[in-house]
Amino acid sequence: MDKLISRTPAPLPAFQRLTGWRLFIASVIGRSYPRVVGMQREKSWLLFDVLLPLLSVAAYVFIYRAIKAPAEYVGFVVIGGAMTAFWLNVLWSMSSQLYWEKQTGNLALYIIAPNSMMSILLGMALGGMVSTTLRALMIITVGSWMFGVTYAVSSFWQLLLVFTLTMTALYGMGMMTASVFLLLSREAWHIANLAQEPVYLASGFYFPIRSFPFWVAAGASLIPLTMGMDAIRQLVFPSGASLGFASVSFEIAVLCVLCALFLAGAKLLLDYMEKLAIREGRLTESRR
Amino acid sequence: MQKSETLRSFLIATWLGWQIESNWADPFLFAIYSIVKPLAGASILVVMYSIITGGAFANPLFPYMYLGNAFYIYVGAVMTGVSWAVIDDRELYRTLKYIYVAPVRIPAYLLGRGVSRFLTGSLSVLITVSAGVLFLKVPLDITTVDWGLFLLSLFMGIVMLGLMGLLLGSLSLLFANHAGFIGEAAAGALFTFSGAVFPIDVLPAFLRPVGYMMPITYWLELIRRSLVGGVAQTFPTLAAFSNLQLLGILAALSAVFGIISFYSFRICDRLARERGLIDQTTNY
Repeated sequence: MDKLISRTPAPLPAFQRLTGWRLFIASVIGRSYPRVVGMQREKSWLLFDVLLPLLSVAAYVFIYRAIKAPAEYVGFVVIGGAMTAFWLNVLWSMSSQLYWEKQTGNLALYIIAPNSMMSILLGMALGGMVSTTLRALMIITVGSWMFGVTYAVSSFWQLLLVFTLTMTALYGMGMMTASVFLLLSREAWHIANLAQEPVYLASGFYFPIRSFPFWVAAGASLIPLTMGMDAIRQLVFPSGASLGFASVSFEIAVLCVLCALFLAGAKLLLDYMEKLAIREGRLTESRR
Repeated sequence: MQKSETLRSFLIATWLGWQIESNWADPFLFAIYSIVKPLAGASILVVMYSIITGGAFANPLFPYMYLGNAFYIYVGAVMTGVSWAVIDDRELYRTLKYIYVAPVRIPAYLLGRGVSRFLTGSLSVLITVSAGVLFLKVPLDITTVDWGLFLLSLFMGIVMLGLMGLLLGSLSLLFANHAGFIGEAAAGALFTFSGAVFPIDVLPAFLRPVGYMMPITYWLELIRRSLVGGVAQTFPTLAAFSNLQLLGILAALSAVFGIISFYSFRICDRLARERGLIDQTTNY
């Protein structure tokens, strides 16, 4: 009898019995953990993610100085330079992440595991957002100190709201496009590479988006960073409002719509693409 | 005729690199890729310039910036092409160990891989320069171009960039994290110091020596002088130097970087073998 009892499996630990929203939250935390902790352990990010982007910011600042631009444009460049960190993170660590996971063999494990793919993507997004915010803050702090940029925040709460909405919409867009990358193979790297500069241009990373013709700027506003950066600049620089594309409240409304659009789109597209990729046998494909 | 091992390694790597760079997409998508990326990069500068100056494209500063930016494409392309080959073959294709045991000269192989990026980069440079001439009144007249100086400078510059790429490639043998971006990162950093899009005089005085130590600074000046002589000499930074002197400085600095690259490769190659890094797969 004693032997029989001793062969009875021990009860599963609590984390193994998670289901429903508890499993969802645990998956989010589990996937965001390596992004928050793992990347901070590798100290070379200070060089590659802070110092080198700062040199790029410096180049654009010196261009403005060479053409004798007003001082506020230097501030525009510093803010834009910091926001590039988020775009690069979304592009390379969100959109194309499922492609990398496919290459390394993790994607099949994600699909087999009982958690939802949305929780995996959300974990990547939250983890990426936290670590990238740290990098962006360092770029802003050091860049502002180097180039003597001063800020006059007109509404802290609006600024916080704009930033939160921009990040939600941006990472929602990243989650949505990640599903498209499920189907890509060798071309994924090139397509992500292709999207880099055109978005710098269209979203006005280094100049006010108002400089574009109205319909071009309106079209570019589909990228959350366009409206987000425009609103942030209006809120932190005294002359920002005069160079803004639309009023901050309107831009907040647009960002709310983009959040809903991209998050819903991510769920729908991910479900569809996952089924398609399974049907076409692309989940474990590794064409190099 | 029997080719030397170095030449054979170089030629095969060039062919292989071209295949990798160009056959990932159908020609139409490849053409879009080749056009959109460089034009978007150039357009950022054009928009910045036109906002502030009100579209004063006749100002000599504009062709200075535009051509410097266009030819700077080579810096990222060639340096990344050489250094990325290490990552590509080690991490993605996992063939670096086989290349090492084959009768291949590794430095020549890596330089050959850079040539393919030079070819795709040339397409981008051509498109960017043509767009500038056609739509933005960049004063480049092919009848007044100093072709001899241009071709000589271009050749010397590409060799110099290849050697700098080899330096980064040798470091890539030892790095795991971030090594994939080392070429682009270095090119991005040098963009600030090399007077590519603004005269070095704009830099704070303590940073100017960095620009003067970079062969890219002299190479871009020679390219600009050969294409739009009068405009390039409007800026005083290097005006005191004759073309011959600039060529001499470029050759000397390239030789210095060549020697550094050669020894750097020998040291990093030995360390990578000792530490068993040639066949490592970091999945980073």
